[in-house]
Amino acid sequence: MSFVLLLTVFVLAVFVGFEIITKVPPTLHTPLMSGSNAISGITVVGALVATGAGEGMLATGLGLFAVIFATINVVGGFLVSHRMLGMFRRKG
Amino acid sequence: MHGEILRDLAYLLASVLFIFGLKGLAHPRSAVRGNLTGALGMLIAVAVTLVAGGVLHWTWIVVGLVVGSVIGTALALRVPMTGMPQMVGLLNGFGGAASFLVAGAELVLKFGGDAHAGPGALQEKIAIAASGLIGSVTLFGSLIAAGKLQELHFSWKGRKIWLSSSLLLPGRHGINALCVVIAVALCVLVVRNPETAAWYWLLVLAAAVLGILITIPIGGADMPVVIALLNSYSGLAATATGFVLSNNVLIIAGSLVGASGLILTSIMCKAMNRSLANVMFATLGPTAGGPTADEVYAGKIKATSAEEIAMLFDGVQRVVIVPGYGLAVSQAQHAVRELATLLEARGVEVLYGIHPVAGRMPGHMNVLLAEADIPYDKLKEMDEINSVLPQTDVAIVVGANDVVNPVARTDPSSPIAGMPIIDVDKARTVVVIKRSLSPGFAGIPNPLFAMDNTLMFFNDGKKAFDELIAAVKES
Repeated sequence: MSFVLLLTVFVLAVFVGFEIITKVPPTLHTPLMSGSNAISGITVVGALVATGAGEGMLATGLGLFAVIFATINVVGGFLVSHRMLGMFRRKG
Repeated sequence: MHGEILRDLAYLLASVLFIFGLKGLAHPRSAVRGNLTGALGMLIAVAVTLVAGGVLHWTWIVVGLVVGSVIGTALALRVPMTGMPQMVGLLNGFGGAASFLVAGAELVLKFGGDAHAGPGALQEKIAIAASGLIGSVTLFGSLIAAGKLQELHFSWKGRKIWLSSSLLLPGRHGINALCVVIAVALCVLVVRNPETAAWYWLLVLAAAVLGILITIPIGGADMPVVIALLNSYSGLAATATGFVLSNNVLIIAGSLVGASGLILTSIMCKAMNRSLANVMFATLGPTAGGPTADEVYAGKIKATSAEEIAMLFDGVQRVVIVPGYGLAVSQAQHAVRELATLLEARGVEVLYGIHPVAGRMPGHMNVLLAEADIPYDKLKEMDEINSVLPQTDVAIVVGANDVVNPVARTDPSSPIAGMPIIDVDKARTVVVIKRSLSPGFAGIPNPLFAMDNTLMFFNDGKKAFDELIAAVKES
C-alpha cells in the first residue's frame, strides 16, 4: 500500500482518537488506560505472521516472544479492565 | 486475492469495533460494553490473521498464544487493586516489547541473509527504526516506572536507595542528549544498512538506556504523567509497526491509543499547572525564600484524637473525604467505607473529593474506593467538590498534601503556584490524617495544617479510621 495512503489513515485515526476520548471522566482514567493498552496489543497480528512464516530460527524466535508479550498485553489488559469496571458498576 | 480482500475487510471491522470500544470506555454507563467490544475486535483480528494471514507453521504460534494467555490471565486475576499502577505500567511495556520484536523479525525476514534481497521501500526501513526506538523506550521506561511503583529499592555504597525517589544523575541532561544523538545516528544506520541486523539491536539497546534515563529522575507525584505518557507511547509503537507491515488495523488501533494516552497526559499536566517538559526534565523542589516549616507551623498546630473527631460528627450534615497516595499506602479504603456507612446511617451526606493527580496513576483513587464498594456517583471531581466545600461541616484529608495546599492559590513564587487544588480550607472544620508534618512531594510546608479550623490527627491512615469507627460507635 502506498505510504501516503497509510499516512492518511494514520492522521485521520489520530483525529478520531482525540474526538472520541475527549472529556473522559476521571473515574474511568485507569480502566481506559488498561483497556486502550489491550487494544495496542494489536501488534499480536504482526507477531503471528512473523512466527508462522517459518523462515529461519531467528525470525521465528523473535516472533514467538512478540506473540507472548502481545498476548499478555491483550488478555491481561481486557481482563483487568473488566475486573475494575465490574467494581465501578455496582451502585451502593 | 479474494482471501486478501476478505482479510482486510475483517481488519476494517476490527478497527471499527476498537473505535466503538474506546468510545464506550469514555463513559461510565457504557464502559463494560466498550471493553468487551474492543475485545471482540481483537478476537476477530487474531482469528482472521490465523486463517488468512499466510500462516504455515503452527507450533510456535500455539505455544506463544497459550503462554501469553496463561500469564496474562494470571496477572489480571491476581493483581490486587493496590497493585494496579504497576500492572498498567507493565502492560504498557509489554506492548512496546512486542512492537520492537516484530520490527526486528521483519528486518530479518525482509532484509536478512542476502544483502541484495531487494531495495525495500524507504518508509519500511524508517518504520522499522521507529518501532525499535519507540518500542524499546516504552518497554524499559515502563519497567523502571513499574519498579518505582512497586517501591523497589537497592543498596549502593551501604545506603538504601529507593527507586521511587527522583534519582538525579550528575550531568544527566548531557547524558540524555548524547543518548538521543546516538539513537538517531543508529536509526540512520538501520535505514541505510538494513541487512546488518546488529545496528538494529544496538538501536534497541540505546533506546533502552534512553528509556531508563528519562524515567529514573521522575518521582512520586509525577508518576501519573509518566504512566499516561507511556500509555501513549505503547500506541505509537504499534502504529510504527503498522507502517512496517503496511497494515491499517495496527495503524488505526495504535493511533487511537496514542491519542488517548496523550489526552490523559495533558489532563494530568493541567491538573498540576505544569508543562510536559517541566514534568519530564525539571526538578520540583522548595524554592529559596519560601517560608520554612518552623515559620509556618510553630505554635499553631492543634493535634486531636479519635474521640474529639467523633464529637465533631455530632449533628453534621455533610462530610467530605479527600484521599491521596497515603490512602493507598495504608490500604485504608475499606475502613473509610465503614466509617462512611456509619455516618450515612445517621443521615450524614458523605462525599469524596478526588484530585486528578491524587495517587500514582490517572484514576488511582477511584479504583481504590470502587474496590471498597463506594458508589462512583459519590466520588466528585475537583470543580464539583470545590463548589460544595464552603457548605461542608467536616473535611477529612487522608494521606494527601500538595493537592490541598492553599499556597497554590496565594503565593505566586511557590513551586506549586497556580496548581488547581481542592479547597478543603473552606470547610467549617478540617481534619488532616497524617503520620507527621513531613512535606509532600513538592517539599514545601502546608499552611493548611496551621489554620484555625484545622485539626491534625497524627496517625497511620488505616489505624486512624479504625479508631474513628470505634469512637463513633461508642458516642
